[in-house]
Amino acid sequence: MTGDRLRRAGGPGAVILLVSAGLAVLEASGQAFWQGLAINLGIFTILTLALNLTSGFTGVFSLGQIGFMALGAYVSAILTLPVGLKDAYLSDLPDWLAGVHLDQMAGPVPIGFLGATVVAALLVTAIAWLVGRVLMRLSGHFVAVATLGFLVIVRVVLFNADTFTRGSRTFSNVTPNTNLWWVWIWLLVVVYVVWRVKRSPVGREMLAQREDRLAAQAIGVRVLDPRLVAFVIGAFFSSVAGSLYAHFITSFSPTVFYFDLTFRVITMLVIGGMGSVSGSILGAIGIVGLTEVLRRVEDATLLYGLSQIVLAVIFIVVITVRRDGLLGQREIPLDRLFLRGGLRRAAATVPEADQRL
Amino acid sequence: MSDTPRVGPHIVAAGSPGSPEGRRGSSVSTTGSLLEVAGLSRSFRGLVALADYELQLSPGSIHGVIGPNGAGKTTLFNLLSGFLRPSSGTIRLAGADITGAPAWRVSRLGIARTFQNIRLFGDLPVIDNVKVGLQRDARRSIVSALLSTSSFRATERELTERATELLERFGIEQHRDRLARHLPYGDQRRLEIARAVATSPRILLLDEPNAGMNPVETQELLRLIRRIRDDQGITVILVAHDIPLVMNLCDRIQVLNHGRLIADGVPAAVRADPQVVAAYLGKGRDA
Ligand SMILES: Nc1ncnc2c1ncn2[C@@H]1O[C@H](COP(=O)(O)OP(=O)(O)O)[C@@H](O)[C@H]1O
Ligand SMILES: Nc1ncnc2c1ncn2[C@@H]1O[C@H](COP(=O)(O)OP(=O)(O)O)[C@@H](O)[C@H]1O
Ligand SMILES: [Mg+2]
Ligand SMILES: [Mg+2]
Repeated sequence: MTGDRLRRAGGPGAVILLVSAGLAVLEASGQAFWQGLAINLGIFTILTLALNLTSGFTGVFSLGQIGFMALGAYVSAILTLPVGLKDAYLSDLPDWLAGVHLDQMAGPVPIGFLGATVVAALLVTAIAWLVGRVLMRLSGHFVAVATLGFLVIVRVVLFNADTFTRGSRTFSNVTPNTNLWWVWIWLLVVVYVVWRVKRSPVGREMLAQREDRLAAQAIGVRVLDPRLVAFVIGAFFSSVAGSLYAHFITSFSPTVFYFDLTFRVITMLVIGGMGSVSGSILGAIGIVGLTEVLRRVEDATLLYGLSQIVLAVIFIVVITVRRDGLLGQREIPLDRLFLRGGLRRAAATVPEADQRL
Repeated sequence: MSDTPRVGPHIVAAGSPGSPEGRRGSSVSTTGSLLEVAGLSRSFRGLVALADYELQLSPGSIHGVIGPNGAGKTTLFNLLSGFLRPSSGTIRLAGADITGAPAWRVSRLGIARTFQNIRLFGDLPVIDNVKVGLQRDARRSIVSALLSTSSFRATERELTERATELLERFGIEQHRDRLARHLPYGDQRRLEIARAVATSPRILLLDEPNAGMNPVETQELLRLIRRIRDDQGITVILVAHDIPLVMNLCDRIQVLNHGRLIADGVPAAVRADPQVVAAYLGKGRDA
């Protein structure tokens, strides 16, 4: 039994080791461009997985995710901004906030940044809980519209709360804490949590009520409960992504967190397959890579906007021709890598259920 | 099935104590009815789908409701299971008033149902379809799931075992890991009943469970329903068009026509009722 557990941990473990080695090499290489790309990829994968949990597992289409990301970015950035800079940039901050500076170090590790990320995410989670209690009662299309309303509200608030956000002016001088390791360790946490949730009782309720809301109610599922859990956890990780993003690009304004980003993440989710954890990872890799290639094409041809058009076309093609995306519900059964027969054999003989998970 | 201990007729399946709230008022009311329905009516914009429906349901019985298409049978089930609110009337389960309670709560209180048009979790494996029903009293916090604690894993293992057993009892364990939507029609019907039974109900509402089945499958279904009642002590209310099935299986039969009860009694009496013959059985024989 324990041996089996160990062997199941082998596949993911091997991948983690491999990726870590890759990151270490990347770090040592000093290739700023590729490092930046890897950080971007990690952040987008977190966003896609969070949206997968919120929308892919539950069928409740949320367009407000980037609003949570924005809140996470601003709150964490305010928390880590040095006191001196707060005086200069955010001179009207209330006293209790003006004196806060999360720059604590544990050896070489800026745990103040971790603290700011978690505090922001908890605050965002509380907001998501309040919003979700109302919105998750709605069905299907209404949720999409209502969550879009939430995104718009967040934007308006960020523009107008200039005491905290500098309004439409750029919020800059954020401490550049984000690096490869922060992003990819958070990503590991997100993958783990989303994977576990999918196979937990509440995860089964998410999937069940997505499949048939009435049938789920008929066996005692109070639809609001699993939806709210999904919404809240998704908001937490979206906020984490916001914090990582803020401490990576170090200057931003509310316009960053809007339709463009929303659409990008939805495209990654849909291409990977709504409901599939491995699909989200593949979708994020594909779109981040493609965007980078297209950016170069844009530079060479001066056809700016090309990448957005191509993304939109891909999105439309996928939802009309192959709505399940790459993987649909299925998963790449990494945990079977070291079981008898390995991946390929697994794919051939494992019952449908296990391929899905 | 034979290895399941036989329990008293009005007690839920052994080994599934049910949720605390679910088993409130465990004693059957003084009248001896598990379900008491009085003056139950529902109309849709002037159309009276059900009017003044009455029921005293004996624990452990198999109760039949028949009537021509559009008579109000499904509406009755939607009312009893909390999917519709009545225009008037009361529903009492073991003495407790459950009128107007939402469907999920009614389910937790012990009334399970199937749908006339099968409603499964099509893209989920068969075993997960029943697990969602079974896990009500095996739920653990999300934290223990995230940490994958040993007690969480033990609970999940037990859940898998119970789900597999349930599938075996319904003769669909060979489909365990297939997606529900890939099952043959008859097995989808069985799975839907299995999923309802998974919630350890006191009362099981079956809405035309034999629709689309051939006579052989219908016979198997009949035995299955008897076993659910005999082995698990689940009281059954059955809606069906198939007169022989209902006559064979049910202890008591009600006949609905245009939303109104036109007969209520033991099968032999109902069969002989001239009003029933005129409204329904006659037509049924012709067809
Ligand atoms: N949701 C609804 N809205 C409007 N009319 C309905 C609705 N549900 C049922 N009805 C009507 O109520 C009557 C009874 O329907 P139903 O309960 O489905 O009958 P049965 O199950 O006996 O065939 C029919 O005339 C049907 O059209
Ligand atoms: N009480 C009910 N009994 C049977 N069918 C219903 C009932 N209420 C709704 N339906 C039908 O079930 C289908 C799915 O409804 P629902 O899940 O509410 O829609 P949505 O996909 O917008 O969430 C609809 O066609 C609806 O008419
Ligand atoms: Mg629906
Ligand atoms: Mg009907």
